[in-house]
Amino acid sequence: MKAESARPELVCPAGTPAGLRTAVDAGADAVYCGFRNATNARNFPGLNFTTDELTEAVGYAHKRDTKVLLAVNTFPPAGHTDLWRKAVDDGIALGVDAIIVADMGVARYAAERHPEQRLHLSVQAGAPSVEAVRFYCEEFGVKRVVLPRILTVPEIRALHDETGCELETFIFGNHGLMAEGRCSLTNFATGLSTNMDGVCSPASHVHYEEDRQRNLSTRLGPFTIDCFACGQSAGYPTICKGRYRTPGHPEGYYAFEEPLSLNLAALLPALMNAGVRALKIEGRQRGKAYVQAVVSAWRKAVDDVMAGNEPGLDNLLALTEGQKEGQGAFAGKRWR
Amino acid sequence: MTSSTPSLQSFVNAPRILFAPVPLSVLQPLLQRVASNVVRTRPGLFERLGTHKSTRFLIDPTNLPFAVLLRPDPNSVLLKAVRRREEPHHDARIAGTFLTLLNMVDGRLDGDALFFSRDLQVTGDTEAVVSLRNALDDLEGSIADDIASLLGPPGRFALKRLRALKRRGDEG
Amino acid sequence: MQRAELTMGPALFNWKPETWRDFYFQVADESCVDTVYLGEIVCAKRTPFFEPCYAQVTERLQRAGKQVVFSTLIEVMTERERRITVDLCARDGLLVEANDAAALYHLRGKPHRVGPFVNTYNEQTLAFLAAKGAEHMTLPWELPHGSLAILAGKAAALDVTLEVPVYGRMPLALSARCYHARAHGRVKDNCQFVCDQDPDGMELKTLQGAPFLVINGIQTLSHTCLNLTHELPELCEMGIGAFRLSPHSRDMVETADLFRGVLDRRFSAGKATARLEALGLNRDRGARDQAVPFSNGFYHGQAGYQWVG
Repeated sequence: MKAESARPELVCPAGTPAGLRTAVDAGADAVYCGFRNATNARNFPGLNFTTDELTEAVGYAHKRDTKVLLAVNTFPPAGHTDLWRKAVDDGIALGVDAIIVADMGVARYAAERHPEQRLHLSVQAGAPSVEAVRFYCEEFGVKRVVLPRILTVPEIRALHDETGCELETFIFGNHGLMAEGRCSLTNFATGLSTNMDGVCSPASHVHYEEDRQRNLSTRLGPFTIDCFACGQSAGYPTICKGRYRTPGHPEGYYAFEEPLSLNLAALLPALMNAGVRALKIEGRQRGKAYVQAVVSAWRKAVDDVMAGNEPGLDNLLALTEGQKEGQGAFAGKRWR
Repeated sequence: MTSSTPSLQSFVNAPRILFAPVPLSVLQPLLQRVASNVVRTRPGLFERLGTHKSTRFLIDPTNLPFAVLLRPDPNSVLLKAVRRREEPHHDARIAGTFLTLLNMVDGRLDGDALFFSRDLQVTGDTEAVVSLRNALDDLEGSIADDIASLLGPPGRFALKRLRALKRRGDEG
Repeated sequence: MQRAELTMGPALFNWKPETWRDFYFQVADESCVDTVYLGEIVCAKRTPFFEPCYAQVTERLQRAGKQVVFSTLIEVMTERERRITVDLCARDGLLVEANDAAALYHLRGKPHRVGPFVNTYNEQTLAFLAAKGAEHMTLPWELPHGSLAILAGKAAALDVTLEVPVYGRMPLALSARCYHARAHGRVKDNCQFVCDQDPDGMELKTLQGAPFLVINGIQTLSHTCLNLTHELPELCEMGIGAFRLSPHSRDMVETADLFRGVLDRRFSAGKATARLEALGLNRDRGARDQAVPFSNGFYHGQAGYQWVG
């Protein structure tokens, strides 16, 4: 089936300058990245860009016709908004193609101070309805909305038809179970906030304990998130991917979701037909090897669909968390 | 083992020599050269490590008779071969087969994927390990290639052999 | 200084409709709270159970001198959720609290309240929302005291009243998936309303048996119970004007009295907490170690589960 839609933009993660160059070389239409501080939602140790690094990276990407999208998508705590304003100003000064925002105060600042600058609404703002999309577009001149991973494909199509807004969806990578930008599970367990500090299960509070039989326990702060028998594939201790006990499940069960990755390869033509304008690969915290493998596979898949062929994604499974994958909410309402 | 210096020769024969219970003193000069080379050629690595420059990492190739202790402080890098039974003091430990660790350092395999598949074990200061992983991942090219080149044609040959070994392992 | 307002937040759990109605009758007749938030905010599927009681309950509360505010759904996505939201926001003479950007879309330009599920984290966002017509905002659970103080200063300058949650299990996350249904091997569409089995949420313990979270349909809350009695004087001093209790299945009238007593300096926070502990969630389950611990970590910039004594 040939997609009727225009060629979508493949939006790829860039956690480091080397990662950015890898994504660009592997065929990304756009890369997204953040500064090395709390202004972006992947504020992980050893990751992200200094102003100098981003300047160089923008040059590298633009020379190869790849766009650079800057994520300034956390929520500044009261009294600390200057850092977020500076991130917006710096990004624009060094020529990024769009700023990805979540906080209304940051959005207003960007819209008023830099009215010509293209704004994208981050998934962290959580805008899954016609009204929410209109609210952000009308109030801040948002040009593109990144959708939370909670809608089915027909719902995405309806949202597109009713708003006419440019939409971006995740297609691959870590599968967030909770509505983004509205989750303080990490802060509850660690004292570091996903919304304000840009962390989710921060490594500083993660502990792995393996016993002599090679059974692995993963812990976040004082809370055990999961245990894996020897040889069983493991997951990072993210609270919403953990195993817990209830009276009905005395041995423990995945109360929210099993550790698995999102892979929408099979839904790619449907997403493109639904009017999705940009396809996002998650994983700024993953290595170059991941970026290289995933971006080139998706590059080929999108090109296949555009050429009217079936997309195949053979080698991505080994890179997925827990080595399982699924389509999450996108596949239909039975996921809910 | 007649013509070359001991350190060079040990790398050429890496697969065999490394798996044998050689005296650590044979390895130490090689490790010292590697450390100074990385400090000289890869300053960005240390900058990205932030506060974890003073962390003591135990890099533990589980199928070799020794482990390596690393403190990546560019002003005085510590890179030292140690015996496991000495239980060297460390803040974080990364363990896996020698080839797994080599591939991770190389950026050829994704650290997260290795962890998920249980090929890699991480204990202690997880944040330090994540920092090191991310810092290594930002390097262009490969540290292993650098080291191999440092040792000249025999080094490159040894690395090629190691990678071939890895490929055979994958297929088998 | 103005008299601090004590409020009863919307009931979060799926109580039997008559339990729900009787709870609000009791709040009207016996409790000292000034303001009551009504409305099913967690799950649109539950709305039909409570809707028939709204008029009766509103009337009883107003007759008792309570201010009634309707609170909107925390997640608006489907046709049904959108319709419920627009219906609520369009009704004349109703004071509405927005919990999502869809509600903000309908309410902008007229006086309204903003709920704790909207991310009001900083003074610029607060000013923006005030400019859109928000006169009263309840702040998210995870804000530390430093943020609350700065926001209180800004709110005073804009003539906005700020409210802070001070009691009850803390909402931590929401999803499109119903975790109550999942626990019972169902999905949201055929859930058979199994969430009604857990009037204070379904407890999740870690594999090592430590209580951690509770599930309420699409919502995940803390296992611990927020208790800011000790922090009330400081909150009043910084200019927070209203304090929210989140309904649980037991003893909410006495709980309100205890908070009122501390606000009015009739007795100490220590005494109130001792009594709250005796009332405690899960008290009826017998064993002492089953009692739900209090927490105030977020306020003190610590992990939310912690209790800073």
